[in-house]
Amino acid sequence: MKIASYHEKGFLVIKVEGRMDIATSPEFEKNCAALTEQGNQNVVLDFSDLEYISSAGLRSILAIAKKLKSTGGSLSLCALTGLVKEVFDLSGFDNFLPIYTDAEHALAGDGK
Amino acid sequence: MTRTAESTFIASIDNIPQMVAFVSDAATAAGVHPRRVMHLELATEEAVTNICSYAYEVPPGRLSIRVSRSADTLRVEFIDNGVPFDPLAADAPDLQADLENREVGGLGIFLIRRLLDEVHYHRRDDQNILSLVIKHDPA
Repeated sequence: MKIASYHEKGFLVIKVEGRMDIATSPEFEKNCAALTEQGNQNVVLDFSDLEYISSAGLRSILAIAKKLKSTGGSLSLCALTGLVKEVFDLSGFDNFLPIYTDAEHALAGDGK
Repeated sequence: MTRTAESTFIASIDNIPQMVAFVSDAATAAGVHPRRVMHLELATEEAVTNICSYAYEVPPGRLSIRVSRSADTLRVEFIDNGVPFDPLAADAPDLQADLENREVGGLGIFLIRRLLDEVHYHRRDDQNILSLVIKHDPA
């Protein structure tokens, strides 16, 4: 798994590449916690190069979403493909997380 | 059914990537479509995570994975000697819950049920046997 991040239009975009599974999710969660430790941040997770996610990854995303919300920030996701899109479609996470087709739409925050 | 691959692992969380790779390689070698191989990888991770976490009162025990195929199905069996543990008895997650009330427990089994064609659990000869089945896409 590779993690890269940048700031744009007031958002922190975190791009995750590879697999988010039981072995790599703790590392992802730790990295996100370090990137967002000052709180009050609007975060976009760019999953365009994420090829795999399991319930361990979902658990990490849920933890990050709760933490961001409790500090006045927000979390949205974008660019889900393949298995990752299937897993999110099935798990109902779109009930509480905005999911956008790509980073451009996520940064505009204007519908899907 | 023709057995195509079998391997035994120490049922520890650290070995899960190896177990997933074993099933993935066996399914790929059997000609399963890459999209369904991903479904099997996910289902394997969820199944063995359960087994490694709960099946043994004094961990870690052993976990055997057996892959077999017929003309139109691929079956993956997970066999352990742990305490009786039926993962299919878990409650379904509340998919409508909002962020505050959302929990991830039960989501792994839910994903297995939705992504694969059949899931079975048997207790036989002091063993837990969890079987995952996909219909083999015609090549």
